[in-house]
Amino acid sequence: MRHIISILLENEAGALSRVAGLFSARSYNIESLSVGPSEDESASRMTIVTSGNDSVIEQVVKQLDKLIDVIEVSEITSAEHIEREIVFVKIKKNSIDEKKLDHFPNNEFFKIHKTISNDIIIECIDSPENINIFLESIKNITIKIVRSGSIGISCN
Amino acid sequence: MNSIDTNKKFTGAEIFVKCLESEGIDLVFGYPGGAVLHIYDELYKQNKVSHILVRHEQGAVHAAEGYAKSSGKTGVVLVTSGPGATNSITGIADAYMDSVPIVVFTGQVRTALIGNDAFQEVDTVGITRSCVKHNFMITDVTMMAEIIKKAFYVASTGRPGPVVVDIPKDITEDSCEFFYPKEVKMRSYVPYKQINTDSVNEAVEVILSCEKPIIYAGGGVINSNASNELTLLAKYLKFPVTNTLMGLGCYPGDDPQFIQMLGMHGSYEANMAMHDCDLLIAIGARFDDRITGKISEFSPNSTILHIDIDPSSISKNIKAHIPVIGDIKEVLNKISEIIIKKKLKPRNIDNWWGQINEWRKKDSFKYKQEDNVIKPQYVVDRLYAVTKGDAYITSDVGQHQMWAAQLYKFNKPRRWINSGGLGTMGFGLPSAMGVQFANKESLVCCVTGEASIQMCIQELSTCLQYALPIKIINLNNRYMGMVRQWQEFFYEKRYAMSYMDALPDFVKLAESFGHVGYKIEKPSDVDSALKDAIKLKNKLVFLDFITDQNENVFPMIATGAAHNKMILS
Repeated sequence: MRHIISILLENEAGALSRVAGLFSARSYNIESLSVGPSEDESASRMTIVTSGNDSVIEQVVKQLDKLIDVIEVSEITSAEHIEREIVFVKIKKNSIDEKKLDHFPNNEFFKIHKTISNDIIIECIDSPENINIFLESIKNITIKIVRSGSIGISCN
Repeated sequence: MNSIDTNKKFTGAEIFVKCLESEGIDLVFGYPGGAVLHIYDELYKQNKVSHILVRHEQGAVHAAEGYAKSSGKTGVVLVTSGPGATNSITGIADAYMDSVPIVVFTGQVRTALIGNDAFQEVDTVGITRSCVKHNFMITDVTMMAEIIKKAFYVASTGRPGPVVVDIPKDITEDSCEFFYPKEVKMRSYVPYKQINTDSVNEAVEVILSCEKPIIYAGGGVINSNASNELTLLAKYLKFPVTNTLMGLGCYPGDDPQFIQMLGMHGSYEANMAMHDCDLLIAIGARFDDRITGKISEFSPNSTILHIDIDPSSISKNIKAHIPVIGDIKEVLNKISEIIIKKKLKPRNIDNWWGQINEWRKKDSFKYKQEDNVIKPQYVVDRLYAVTKGDAYITSDVGQHQMWAAQLYKFNKPRRWINSGGLGTMGFGLPSAMGVQFANKESLVCCVTGEASIQMCIQELSTCLQYALPIKIINLNNRYMGMVRQWQEFFYEKRYAMSYMDALPDFVKLAESFGHVGYKIEKPSDVDSALKDAIKLKNKLVFLDFITDQNENVFPMIATGAAHNKMILS
C-alpha cells in the first residue's frame, strides 16, 4: 500500500543522505522524495512516498525517527491530508491544436508555456493520480516529463 | 573547565585534548598518521589522557569495545584519515550491531582538499553512515567542543552505539576560545522517553495471569545496568530465565531458574520453553534470526511482552502484543513496584517447571571427554572450574565462541565480551586488551580458535608493550570449525577452504612477541596448564590446546527451522 511520510529534519550536511541511505540499506522502497525549506530556518521538510504493508511502514517510521537528525516524522496518509505534485511536459511542436489544450482535462492548475523555438511546455499541478491520467492522455506527443514528486500536508 | 577561559585561544588540537579531559576520558586507543599529527603532538605534551598504541586500527576499535563493554564507560579511538578510517570500519560496524558506546575520532584531509581525491582521503562520514549511531564532521574549530560533547552524549545515552567524528587537519591548527559545555540538548534526539503506565499495567496483568512464562533477556539488560532488577523480579516470580548470547551474565548462570542460552546453539530446554510458553517476556533482546529460527513457527501460542529502549526493535521481526518502551532498569523497577511491593502473587507454575525439568534431562550441552584427545568443551569447562567462574572472558567467532557461551557460567554482567551481531573473527584478542585496561587487576581470558586468533594476531605486540597479562585459550582444531560443521551438515562434507593448512607454531609465535606459550595435547594436562598460566600473573600466556578436530556444536537449529526441531547430536 502507498504511504506518504512527512519528515522534519535538521539542516545538517548529509541529513538527506542519512534518510536516503536508510531506505536503500533496509531495502525500503522510495516512489518519490522531495525536500525544501520549512517554517523553521534550521530545518527542512521532506515528503517521501513509499509503499509496503503496515509492519514495513511501522518500521520505516521508527527507523526514520531513530536518525539523530530527524526532528519529527509522521505517516500522513492514514488521516485527512492534501497531496499535490507538479509536472512539466514538453510536447512535440504542432502536435496538437493549441485551442484544444485550453480545455484539456480538468486539472487543478494548468498552464501552457511557449518556448522561443515554439515548443510547448505544459505545467500542471494536481494529485499524482490525476497527473497520471493527464500524462496518459498525451502520451503519444510527449517528448519529456519532469515531475516534482509529491508533497503532502496533514490536515490535523 | 566549564567556564570561558577569556581571551585565551587554543588550537583545535589543544581543544581536542581538553575536551577529552573535560569528558573524563583517560584512555584512548589509536594509531597516528599524517592527518592527526597535531593531535598526537598535543597528546605527547600532557599526561592526563593516556594513549594506547595498537598495531592495526581494527584492534583499536575492538579494544575500545572491550573497554566499554566490561566497564560501562565510553571507549575512545583515534585514527588517521584514509586507511586509518577504513581499517576501523569493521570495529565500528561491530559496535553498532552490539550497541557498544564508543567514539571514534578520524583524521581527515584539510577542508580545502576534501573532495579532491587527496592523499589518504576517504569520505569517512559517507562510508560509516550506515554503521554508526551518528557521525559528524567538524568544519569549524569553534564547533569542536560542542560536537565532541554531542558525540559522547549520543554514544552513551539511550540505546548506546558508535559515533564517528571526522576532523580535517586544518581544524586542528585553527584556534579559538575553549568552552566545554556541561550538557547538550538536541531537539531531534530524545534518548529517554516517558514510560507508558498503561503498558506497564498491562505487563503486570499478563505476568500475574500466565501459566507458562519465560523471560528472554538480552544485552539491553546489561547496557541498562539492570541485572539486579531483573534478578530480583525473576526470583520473586520464580520464572525461568534464558539469555541471548549478548545477555549472558545479566542473570546468574549458576542459578537454578536459569535455563541456559537460547537460539541456534541454545539449550534444549530454553528453545522448547520458548516454543511452548504462553507468555514470552523479552527484555532488551531483539528477536534476531539466530534466536527466532523460522519466524512463522516461532513461539506460536504466546503473548509477547517486549521491553526495550529502542522502539525500532519492537515488532521488527516478531509482533509484540504488549510493547513497553523505556529504559529497562526503570521499566523493571516500575513492574516490581507494583508486583513485589504489593506482594502480588503470580499463578502456580509448578507444572511448567515440571515440563522444563523434563527437557533439562536431555543435558543438551553434554560431551564425553575420553583419555586421548582433548575435547574443546572440556577446556572451557575446566577454565570455568579453575577460574571459579570469576574471569573476564572474551571470545572470537565460531565453535569456540558457542562452547564458551554454553559452558562458562557467567554470574555477573560485563564478564562475557564477544562479537554477537556482526560475528567478527579477530575480535577476541584486541577486545581482551581493552578489558584488561579497564580491569587492571582482574583475570582476562580470550577463548579463541586458531583461525580467529590469526585475524588480529599483531596485537600480541601491543600486549607486550603494555604488559597485558591476558591468557589466550586457543582451541586449535586445525579447521575453521563452524564452517567445517556447516559443510559437514549441509554440503556433504565438502570442506571447501575450511582447513587451516600451514599453521604457525603458536608457542614460538607467542615467544617471538616476548610472551609465554604452552602447547597442550593431553586431556590430563589441561588443568595444570590453565593453573600454571594463571599463576604467571604478569605474563601473557598463549595456551595452544590441540583439540578434537571433528567436534560439533550441539544442539543446533538449522537456519529456517523451528525451535522444536533441534538437532541434538
